[in-house]
Amino acid sequence: MKMKISGATSDSASEWLQSLFAKHKARSRRVTAAVLLVRTVILVLFVGLWEQAGRSKWIDPLLFSYPSRIVNLIADMVRDGSVWPHVGMTAGETALGFVLGTALGTLLAALLWWFPFVSRVLDPYLVVLNSMPKVALGPIFIVALGPGFMSIVVTTLSVTVIITTLNIYNQFREVEGGFIKVARLFGASRLQTFRYVIIPASFPVIISTLKVNVGLSWVGVIVGEFLVAKLGLGYLIIYGFQVFNFTLVLASLVMIALVATVMYQLVAMLERRLTGGRRER
Amino acid sequence: MPEQEKLRLRNVSHVYVNDSGASLAVESLDLTIAQGEFVSLVGPSGCGKTTVLHLIAGLLAPTRGEVSMGGKRVSAPSTSVGYMLQQDYLFPWRTIQDNAAFGLEISGKLSAETKRRVGRLLEELELGGTALKYPSELSGGMRQRVALARTLATEPDIMLLDEPFSALDMHIKLQLEDLVWSTIRKRGQTAVLVTHDLSEAAAMSDRIIVLGRNPGRIRLELEVPGPLRAALPMEARRHSAFQPLFDQLWMELDDEGDGDGKQGGGETVEGGGQHEDEN
Repeated sequence: MKMKISGATSDSASEWLQSLFAKHKARSRRVTAAVLLVRTVILVLFVGLWEQAGRSKWIDPLLFSYPSRIVNLIADMVRDGSVWPHVGMTAGETALGFVLGTALGTLLAALLWWFPFVSRVLDPYLVVLNSMPKVALGPIFIVALGPGFMSIVVTTLSVTVIITTLNIYNQFREVEGGFIKVARLFGASRLQTFRYVIIPASFPVIISTLKVNVGLSWVGVIVGEFLVAKLGLGYLIIYGFQVFNFTLVLASLVMIALVATVMYQLVAMLERRLTGGRRER
Repeated sequence: MPEQEKLRLRNVSHVYVNDSGASLAVESLDLTIAQGEFVSLVGPSGCGKTTVLHLIAGLLAPTRGEVSMGGKRVSAPSTSVGYMLQQDYLFPWRTIQDNAAFGLEISGKLSAETKRRVGRLLEELELGGTALKYPSELSGGMRQRVALARTLATEPDIMLLDEPFSALDMHIKLQLEDLVWSTIRKRGQTAVLVTHDLSEAAAMSDRIIVLGRNPGRIRLELEVPGPLRAALPMEARRHSAFQPLFDQLWMELDDEGDGDGKQGGGETVEGGGQHEDEN
């Protein structure tokens, strides 16, 4: 709000507003700095305590390892290059998993929207499928599709597709009736309504489902790799477990955390770019 | 003035059927509207006003009877009918010019020429300079003007106004009434306005149709006196013939709406925020 007061009054008024604003900014900067500080302290304390506990044998280092060992192991694997095939394989499977999962889920949701009869028929089946732990189907996929990339991706899809379908279909149905009415009043066909109204209105939800699916896909991929793989971070975990190398297990977990974070940030960036121009009312 | 028939409802009844039963919303309605005429439908809540508008627009098919436009039976919505809703329903993901051109895009009439027409329309409605903005950046009155531009862009010859001013602040509502009224007159369009606001009906129309409660039937038709018809709504409100017409309408609805009390209060005079939802 701008004030239109003449002469000295206006100057002093704007100075006053400025000083209030400056105070507000300084306060919010202080809070941000405090948050960062406490965060860092927690991390340092945790890592430091873990290191100390492992070295002084307060905890069993064979089981819990400690940070410097884990970092050294990762550094070694990076140096000799043996880590990359594992990371690449797992990241590839996961990326394919969440992209395909979101695409297939959206397609199924479109089908349900298009044929309300089908949606009514399938409703209980979808609910049951959704509440079932679908990774349990993993062994069947492995036998059917052979141990390897394909069965891992399908395991991942089994985790993501149903929930994606349900979420996006719900969003399709919740699109503001007035928007659909506007389209109908101009004589829009069902396909046009879908293309010009339903999809754009649901777009933010589709993208945020993509984000949720990043997390779900990691579950599918790691479980899939537990079951069959000869390559990948999930495989490293199982291998480390079998040879009782828990440093390797923890190192793999750390790498999963890193790669998953990077992936999530990339998708979040994509989301901001794609939905940047629009603002909901 | 040679009166050419534009719209005709012949013995139209409409029944809503759903899981909780079947209800008669409009019963045996006969109505003829001439080319270029401005007709208002008023009546108590639930009298089927909006249903009548939906039937004319082709959004609903009459359960019995026939709706015809220019002698042709109405079977589906078309771009020769423009419909303004109570809310603007501008798409938040489209810019103002894309929102205004939406009807053209849907009907496959988007071209460089029609895009220029949209641009001129936005100018005419004092929305120049907002073309590339998004709806969220505009005020309520501006947004409803964009909705008007969207409706006018396909050059309809009938305008259906479904309480388009009821969600607006009083002074913006009065301004918009003038604007809508003059754009419709300038284009020689036929218009049907559904409203709760008796003064709005009296200020804008040539003829006012009072519908009775459940099911909708015509209870009374009032011709608006000539001087009121010719004046802008804002001026019509100040005309000496305005108050008698308003009083007559109010008496009529007061009789009808006993017990309900909704039509009696000063709220109706001011066009309060109530609205019916008959979808």
